[in-house]
Amino acid sequence: MYSEKVMNHFMNPHNVGVIEDPDGVGKEGNPICGDLMEIFIKVKDDRIVDIKFRTFGCGAAIATSSMATEMVKGKTIEEAMEITNKAVAEALDGLPPIKMHCSNLAADAIHAAIEDYLEKKRAKQPA
Amino acid sequence: MAKRTVYMDHAATTPVDPRVVEAMLPYFTEGYGNASSVYRLGQEARKAIDEARADVAQTLNCTPREIIFTGCGSESDNLAIRGIAFWNRDKGNHIVTSSIEHHAVSHTCEQLEKHFGFQVTYLPVDKYGRVDPTDVEKAITEKTTLITIMYANNEVGTIEPIAEIGEIARAHKIPFHTDAVQAGGALDLDVEALKVDLLSLSAHKFYGPKGVGVLYLRRGVRLLPPQTGGAHELNRRAGTENVAGIVGLATALKLAQGHREENNRKLIALRDRLIEGVLSSMLDTQLTGHPKERLPNSASFTINYVEGEGLLLGLDMMGTAASSGSACTSASLEPSHVLLAMGIPPEVAHGSLRLTLGHENSDEDVDYLLEVLPGIVERLRSMSPLYTTAS
Repeated sequence: MYSEKVMNHFMNPHNVGVIEDPDGVGKEGNPICGDLMEIFIKVKDDRIVDIKFRTFGCGAAIATSSMATEMVKGKTIEEAMEITNKAVAEALDGLPPIKMHCSNLAADAIHAAIEDYLEKKRAKQPA
Repeated sequence: MAKRTVYMDHAATTPVDPRVVEAMLPYFTEGYGNASSVYRLGQEARKAIDEARADVAQTLNCTPREIIFTGCGSESDNLAIRGIAFWNRDKGNHIVTSSIEHHAVSHTCEQLEKHFGFQVTYLPVDKYGRVDPTDVEKAITEKTTLITIMYANNEVGTIEPIAEIGEIARAHKIPFHTDAVQAGGALDLDVEALKVDLLSLSAHKFYGPKGVGVLYLRRGVRLLPPQTGGAHELNRRAGTENVAGIVGLATALKLAQGHREENNRKLIALRDRLIEGVLSSMLDTQLTGHPKERLPNSASFTINYVEGEGLLLGLDMMGTAASSGSACTSASLEPSHVLLAMGIPPEVAHGSLRLTLGHENSDEDVDYLLEVLPGIVERLRSMSPLYTTAS
């Protein structure tokens, strides 16, 4: 059902955890639907220097969270905003069609974290 | 503990008993005749089917004419429900069923509602998944032409009060069907004791082959067959008989029911140890289904803060086969309607785990499961946003 890459990321996910003092937090999904992702980012000079995730969800949800965070770590905010669910799925050597929506959540959660960071940044700036 | 291969999904399917395979084999290459043929080869096939039919009838405490062989449990359910519903259409269009039926029953009822003008009442269940017979009685109207309630639930193992419901159906002269697919090897199938008019069975749930099932149809109860063609099964189910499968089903049923009490004793002991072990080794884990009135082999749980497919993948990596009612493990992406009907919140239903034991399972298998499961759960919980906020 799942590719070897997906299984690897499921068994040994990268970037699991929380950031105590995050610069941005993104939450996507809903436990009622069976999928919830939280992404925490630390940003320095417009670059994502640290990123962590927590996920309640299936094998695909955990693997896509892991892969997506790996893909944006170290990238600039602009570059990270461009990440798509397709790119995440491709990086994992594909997902079964029924699981593609999980990759949406990962990309969306990262976008949400970045937007949260930008929101906070705007709020700090003098009027 | 060294990795083991442990199969704990007998509710999904079972391995075929070698004695059943042996009984079936001659009918592939030597006894391949069409049972409707006049010559010897055909008549031998006919004889094999007659004997199989008599054996099944004996187990069910009915006459051979009341046994119809089908292609599977789902087909038996379809034959029963469509057959009765359409035969009685001029008398009424109302069906009473439960909210925890297998999709072969519920989706059939839904189609009848959506496309054929039938009305269906889906009775609620209590937190254990039990139907209340008085609810059945209350739901009956003058237009009710069928009651269909499963004997034992496939997801949580709960056994329904079939004889009591049968009593009510009889008093109102309404045909009563029970989907006994999960009960097949483990529970008493005496149709007189159960007071049923129709009963579905499926061979691959009791160590028989896939592709063959039974519908018991009480003498005097008429139905309109959905599958028409030749006059097979006394004009109730067309199709050249799957002789090998039928012989296999009858052999398997005889073996399962013949040693029922003894088998159940062993299974119950393993099951109870498994349940006790799971509940005591992890917090925020619940048994689902009735604590007492449940199938001898069924241990079903909800494990908070984790998702079912993740559990199954983790178990699979450790050589164990199990199933779940989570949305992600279903083709429809919906969580189990059975768990939801029992009042379990969706986010908890997503963390369901079903372990169903079988004859090959041993004490060592149970020990192994108890050894590996907590670690799998802990790992998933450590990644879960729900666990950290709750603890």
